[in-house]
Order: sequence, then structure tokens, then C-alpha cells
Amino acid sequence: MTIPFTLPKQRWELKFSEAYPLYTDAEAIAEANRCLYCYDAPCTKTCPAGIDVAVFIRKIAERNRHGAAKTVLASNILGYSCGCVCPDVVLCAGSCVLKDFKKPVIQIARLHRYATEKFLSDGKHFFTPATATGKKVALVGAGPASLACAYELKLLGHEPVIFEKKTLPGGLNTTGIAPYKMTAEDALREVEAIRRIGIEIRTGVDISSQIKTLLKDYDAVFIGVGIGDDTELNVPGIDGDGVIGSIEWIEQLRLSDKPALPKNTKRALVVGGGNTALDAARELAQLGVPEVTMVYRRTAQLMPGFRHELNDARIEGVHLLEHAVITEIVREKGKLKGARVRASDEDIFLQADIIIIAIGQAKWRDLLMKFPDVELNEANEIIVDEETGRTGNQRIYAGGDATPGMKLVVQAVADGKRAAQAMHRELLQTGKGGA
Amino acid sequence: MAELSVNLAGIKSPNPFWLASAPPTNSAEQVMRAFDLGWGGVVWKTIGDPIVNVSSRLGSIDADGIRMVGLNNIELITDRPLNENLREIREVKKRFPDRAVVVSIMAESKDDWRELIRRSEDTGCDGLELNFGCPHGMCERGMGSAVGQEPKVIREITAWAREFASTPVIVKLTPNISDIVEPGRAATEGGAHALSLINTIKSLTGVDLDNFVPFPVVGGQSTPGGFCGPAVKPIALHMVSALAKDSKINIPISAIGGISTWRDAAEFMALGATNVQICTAVMHYGYRIIEQLTDGLSNYLDEHNMASAQELIGRAVPAVVDWGDLNLNYKVVADINQEKCIGCQLCIPACHDGAHQCIYPPGVEAKPGHTAPHAAEAAEKLADDPTYRVPWVDETDCVGCNLCAHVCPVPDCITMKQVETKKPRESWNERIAKGTTFIPGGLHDSPAS
Repeated sequence: MTIPFTLPKQRWELKFSEAYPLYTDAEAIAEANRCLYCYDAPCTKTCPAGIDVAVFIRKIAERNRHGAAKTVLASNILGYSCGCVCPDVVLCAGSCVLKDFKKPVIQIARLHRYATEKFLSDGKHFFTPATATGKKVALVGAGPASLACAYELKLLGHEPVIFEKKTLPGGLNTTGIAPYKMTAEDALREVEAIRRIGIEIRTGVDISSQIKTLLKDYDAVFIGVGIGDDTELNVPGIDGDGVIGSIEWIEQLRLSDKPALPKNTKRALVVGGGNTALDAARELAQLGVPEVTMVYRRTAQLMPGFRHELNDARIEGVHLLEHAVITEIVREKGKLKGARVRASDEDIFLQADIIIIAIGQAKWRDLLMKFPDVELNEANEIIVDEETGRTGNQRIYAGGDATPGMKLVVQAVADGKRAAQAMHRELLQTGKGGA
Repeated sequence: MAELSVNLAGIKSPNPFWLASAPPTNSAEQVMRAFDLGWGGVVWKTIGDPIVNVSSRLGSIDADGIRMVGLNNIELITDRPLNENLREIREVKKRFPDRAVVVSIMAESKDDWRELIRRSEDTGCDGLELNFGCPHGMCERGMGSAVGQEPKVIREITAWAREFASTPVIVKLTPNISDIVEPGRAATEGGAHALSLINTIKSLTGVDLDNFVPFPVVGGQSTPGGFCGPAVKPIALHMVSALAKDSKINIPISAIGGISTWRDAAEFMALGATNVQICTAVMHYGYRIIEQLTDGLSNYLDEHNMASAQELIGRAVPAVVDWGDLNLNYKVVADINQEKCIGCQLCIPACHDGAHQCIYPPGVEAKPGHTAPHAAEAAEKLADDPTYRVPWVDETDCVGCNLCAHVCPVPDCITMKQVETKKPRESWNERIAKGTTFIPGGLHDSPAS
């Protein structure tokens, strides 16, 4: 399937090789045959999107790939990207009973990707939308939460319209995934496959000044704006070449043909201990930077990033400096030389050709405050009702990274579905009012 | 070290493991390599008038990714000239005088049988095996299973062979009949020195669903072949034991059918076989398995204080009885090891949908008055840990069918424990003898509505 979006041909992300390549038929069937097909399977219970894991794996074993895709996509229309990026070892595969049998757990994410790959290549939908209700929903942001919400709304017969500020849809799937997990091209192919069921996506549209109009023109609004820009590090010398925020770094790596690294980069520092920091460190290491050091203020045990990602990063040669804080960025005639670091009560100097700041992302506070009656918590996340995803405003729902919870694609999908079903129940069914 | 040598109707071999008449015994080059590795004997691939084979020839079935649990073939007897085979058999016997070399033969007319037996025995072979079993290709020509399915013809041809042969005559039986005892008796009456079984079972292994042709595919067509390999072992075990138990059959048995390991071999010997013949396992893994076969059997015999393989023969035969002689008052119930269970809960749908509804997930309350030792404990553990998944058994409702133990993937996790019924041993046949067979609720007990 071709995508109606243009990407530069020489993107840096294409320098990476896949960490977990797509299974061949024989590999997938062999792995699926290891599954015990548990009754009331724990993997299914731990999937945020509620995918019937045991059943789709069984279908792969029975060589019914089409049926496996249908089972996955029935619960998660972003099944392909989840197959590429889901941290299955902490979700479904983390509950696999084979672990207690001292056997390797089933590679659920890889099977997931295998099952749904055809959906990406042919874009054929398994489900048909209900009769049109004439109800319209505006979705802000074209990331996984909005896409899942829009798809569910469309199936229920409503008319979703997605507004995206950037020129490309897909949110972090397009701009922010580590390239060895999934490429921007695959992310866009998935968006296109979802769009084909009849979802309008308007890109390059900033709605921040049109919120009142949206509320007037649409029966409901879904906020799926995700996270904002990188939080800045306030130390002397921060401004200038060689220091870059992690979100900007990865977006450049994925979508631009400009060199992401200065020539002859020997040493790199990554500041932070979350999954974004780990991604950046692994990307640097995989690009061949000989010395990559993560500078983290606490210890490995307290890192918010996944333990398995840290292990993989270390295997790739990434160093972790614990109890370490940058106190000054050192430059010579403006050119980056390194950083002064306070590490375990000692002052040291670390040379660096590039420093990536990954200490978290700001939220879209200013934008979100413009939505009437939408309230934020102290982390500037949108406060939503747990059952419905509804904000303080009866007609505004939210989900994904802009709301509290796990910052994962599968969680965004679960949020989007939840909101779509609640909107349908509470606002959009005929005779239940609306705008 | 237990003595492994056996003697089948006068044919001696240093161990009970023979290669069955099949592709692994097609040529001297192969057989000599097998003997170098330690095989006790061979039955040469059936000789007779050479035939023409087709391509492909084998179909296979897998079980959840385990390859070749059953194999089907449409290959016929040897396609090599008779004299070439005879020359090679003579050479092999000369080089390996201590091994058993048996020639499998198949012919049509009485004269042909006479001539084939004479020329076979000229090689110095230790015995003959009459192929009355091949279920494809040869039977259409009045040979193979066409003979094995007619007790009268078996008796007659066996008698001819006895008349012409000076070495022991083994009759190889086909399982493609309704009762194996009939052909077994016919061969015995014809004068056979020993029986070998089973030959392959007539079968189709599958269908190519894209092209609508069964396997194995021969130019867009297929034909039923002979099924063998691990999947046929239970059928072969039954047939061997049925012949071993029959009072009119008093000749030794050479067992064939799905033997892959020393354990399989020991089971066949315990059910009455004097030795065993192996084919599919060698086609799968090669002659090298002989080391594991002899080593395994030898260790087993030592561990069970048996001085020779001879002592194993027939030890399980008395325990095979008619259903009517089983004890109706013996009861076992399922016991799930709480520590070993991994919580897959496969036993739950098996018991509820496929058996007698007595295994429950934690949290379900036991029926009043029922014996369910782990029900309360399971509920407590679930309260502490919502992911707790170890099921429990209602022993009052359990009929002891074993299904749960068979579906459980964890070795020794579900076992069957005996429960005291406080009733004396009683079989159905004993009830018949006493006239206490009436059970309420039957056709003649309840009035028609």
C-alpha cells in the first residue's frame, strides 16, 4: 500500500537494522506452537487493549493468519505498531505461565506484528461501520489515542475528524519511536490503513485559536495531543550547538535527511533515566558512537525506564553513570567540549561531542487550559474519569500521553476506545442529545 | 550388565534391536554401516521381482510442531535386481556372522516362492520373513496385504514356505484386518516359526488444500499408503499383546510399530515380544540411535534386577485382561500439586467440557458436603493475590478418568491418587456370575412415556 505522505529518501532511521525482524511463516508457527493456549489466559487479562492473545496465537499455529489479524484488530486497530513497540515482557508476556515452567515466555509482540502485517500491506478492513448517525466528533492530535478513538467512533456510525498540527499524522509512532523497533514509513502505512475506513485527517492545522468553533461544530471533542516539547535543563552553557532535546533528536533521526550527528562523534552524553533517554542512548550506540554515557541523578533501580531496555542498552555498550547531575555545559569559543558533572559527591569533567537532554517533556498546559472546564493535575495531565475518559466538560474526552497512566501506545489505544464507547453511550446515540 | 542377546525361533542376535524391512535395509552399504554401529540384526528390504517406484513416496504428520509423529509411504519392495540383492546379503552375512540377517520375501506362485526361498537361503541368511503385509501397490497384484487379509491363504503360503525352507520362517502380519488373532492363528497352523507385526496401516496423511490432492503428491494425484512411526505404537502394542495372550499361538513374536526408544522396545517385550524391529526412527535420526537403544535397555534391566532381556519378555501380559475382569470398586481421583502447577488452567475446560465437571478455579466455593481439600486454601490465596490461578479438585465428583493429568503440560503436576471405597474387589464378570448386574434407570426399568 502506498502512503499519501512524503518522507525524505535518505533518512537516518534507515541506517538502523531491526531489533526483531518480522517473523517468517515457519518462525511464527513454531513460536505459536510453544503457546499452551491457557484457559482464561493471563496474557489476555494483562493486555490494556484486551486483545484475546491466546486465541490469536492459536490461529497463527493453525496457519490462519487472516483470522489472527482479525482477532488482534478487533481489540486494537494499532495492532501492528503495538507488535513493534509494545514492552510485552512487562505486559502480556510478563504474565505468561511458561515463566513458572522455567521456559522462555512466548514472544507475543513479535507474533502480534506477524499477525497484522498483512493489514498494513493491503489495508483491508475486517469490520464495517454501522449506519451513519450524523454525529460528528473532533479529535485533536493524530497520534495513537485519537486514531483508536476515531476508528471506534467510525465503527459505531459516527463521523470523526482528526486535526493535527504537524504535517505528518501518527504522533510519536511517526516521530518518536526508536528506528530499530519501527520505521516512520511503517507508522504512516498504519495510519493510512486505519484512515481508509473513512476517517478524515486534517494535517498542518493548529486548532488552538478555534476551540470554541470546534465545540460549536462538533457533537463531542477528544483531546489526544500527547506530550509536549523536552523539558529544558537549566545549567550554564546549555544554549548553543551540540545540545539537543530527545524529542527533537529522534524526530530529526526519523524524518530528516540532515545528519543527526556531528562528524567524528566519539563521545555522547544522554541526560535522564526514562525510556526516551534509553532509546536515545541505544540509538547513539547503534549509530556507532564509541562512548555513550547516560547521566542519571538516581540509581539504576530507581530508573523509570524499563529494566530490559537498560539491559539491552548495556549490551550495546552504553555506560550508566548513577547519582550524577550536570552542573555546567563547557564550551570553547561556542563549540561544545563536554560537561561538568557532580557524580556521587565528586566533581568530574566528561568530554562530549553531543549531549541529548531527556529529562522529561513539558505538557501542552497553555493549549489545554483553553478548553473550557478541562482540569489538569499537578503534572499538567488532563484529569479524566477512569470509566469513561471524560474531562470536567461533559462534551470533552481525553486519552493517551496527555492523561495520567502508562505512556504506551497500547494504553493510548485503550484510552481512545474507552472514550469512543463512552461518547457513544452518553452523547451520540440518537435521542440522547448532543450539541 | 544384563545380557541383551535374544533368540527368536533359533535366530540369534547380540541384542533385540533389528532394522525392519524398509529403506534402511535396502543395500549392503547401508546394512554394514548399521552393523558397524551395533545393530543386532536386519530384515532385508523385501526382495522379489524388481518393481518401479513413484516420486514422491512419503507423507508425514506433525503434532503442534513436532515433526513426523506418523509417516506414510507408497514405496514398494526392492527396485534392485534380485542377484544384486542376493550377492550383497551373502557378503553382509559373511562379514557379520554374529548378527541376524533375515531376508524378507514376496512372490506370487508356489513355484516362485520355492525358487525365491532356495536362492535366498543360498546366501547363508539366518531366516526368512514372508511379507504378507504391504498395503499398497503389491496387494493389487495379489501379494502383500492381499495375502495377509485372507487367513486361508496365509495358512497355505506359510505351509509352502515351511515345505521349501530349511531356516526359520517368520510371517509378517498386516494390521489392516478386524481381529489380528485370526491371521496369527492361521500362520501358526501353517507352521510359522515366528510372527512379526505390525506392517503398516493403510492411510492417507493429509490433503493439499490449495490443489485438492492428498499427500504424498505424485503428479497431481495420490494413493493410500502404509502408516508407521510413533503414532501407530498403541495399535501395535495391542496387536502384539493379543497374540501373546492367545492360547493357540505359542510361537515367538518380533514386534514392529512406532518403536523409537528403548522404552518403546521394553514395552513391546513386556507385552510378549522376543525382539523388536525399527524403521521410522532410523529414517528420522539415522542408525546412530542404536547406542541409546542398547544403553537404555541395558540400564533398565540392571536397575530392575533382570539378568537378561529374556526375563522381560511377557512380564506385562498377565495384567492385560478383559474389561469384564477389571475391579469396579477401585477408585482414583485427581490430585493437583499446588507447588508444581503453573496456572495454565488447561485442566479446567478439559474437565468441564470433556469430562465430569470437578475441577474449579480458585475462588469458587466447594459444594456442601463434598471432599475438596484445596478449595478453601485456593480461595484464601486468591484473596491475597488476585493473579493466583492454581485450580482445585472436587474429589466427590471426580470419577478418576485421568483426562486432566493428560492435558497438564507440567510433568507429575496432576497425579491420580487412590481413594478407599471400603468395598471388596468386584468385576462385571463376577456380577454376572452372581446375577447382580441390574442397574436402575435402563431401557427395561423405566416405563415408556
